[in-house]
Amino acid sequence: MPADQIVRYIVFLILTVMTLGGALGVVVSRNLFHSALFLVLSFAGVVGYYVLLDAGFLAAVQLLIYIGAIAILILFAVMLTRGLMDKRQSQHNQQWLIAALVALLIFVVLAVVLWQVEWPVASEQALASPNVSVSQLGQELLGPYVIPFEVASVLLLVALIGAVILARETES
Amino acid sequence: MIPLYWWLIVAAALFCIGLYAVLSRKNAIAVLMGIELMLNAVNLNLVAFWRYITPQALTGQVFAIFVITVAAAEAAVGLAIFISVYRMHGSINVEKLDTMRW
Repeated sequence: MPADQIVRYIVFLILTVMTLGGALGVVVSRNLFHSALFLVLSFAGVVGYYVLLDAGFLAAVQLLIYIGAIAILILFAVMLTRGLMDKRQSQHNQQWLIAALVALLIFVVLAVVLWQVEWPVASEQALASPNVSVSQLGQELLGPYVIPFEVASVLLLVALIGAVILARETES
Repeated sequence: MIPLYWWLIVAAALFCIGLYAVLSRKNAIAVLMGIELMLNAVNLNLVAFWRYITPQALTGQVFAIFVITVAAAEAAVGLAIFISVYRMHGSINVEKLDTMRW
């Protein structure tokens, strides 16, 4: 195996530890603020995955939107609502054991199914030269996908106005 | 190259951890964090399929961008709702928010 392949595997392993470790931290951490910081670690791992998958634009978008916007928004919300910050109290409800079993069962089923499917992986030659052009991605967005693109912009506008109206202090 | 199966397994694990967070956490913000983890897993799947199955077409990346857009909108509205609920009830424990339960 050539050296750059070995490096890829090592990077993949490190990113997996980061992503799944961060996600587990989100789930088990008692302090909600720590959960949010673990969430940032998990998002950062996914950024690394996108770089490894040659999706540079998505890596930048993930960094800007998930870490730059969503994680910060969640941190703000954690600090604005201090109801369950008591660390002695359990952060899980009574059905956590059933929830864990259901999640584990779904994972096992997915793993078996994914293993059995014969994926139509592209030829070696096509895999070696993926289409990574960002300008073509923009042309796709404004060409075949222009309707979903415009709908997404309307959705963002509605979400913006809705969030402002919902979170505003009501007078009276 | 890393086999496609590895990517799919990582995404499945991330999805199930997010699912566990959604089902078991008491705090509504932690539930939202679980949803974000699940959306990340789906995006990872989309990008992995793009890279391994149709590396010439950009459909997978375009879909991932739309999913990220929806995730951002959902997080903004969701957190606004939680802040509003917190102001009314003084708590965002999802077990106590049963006013609409019959």
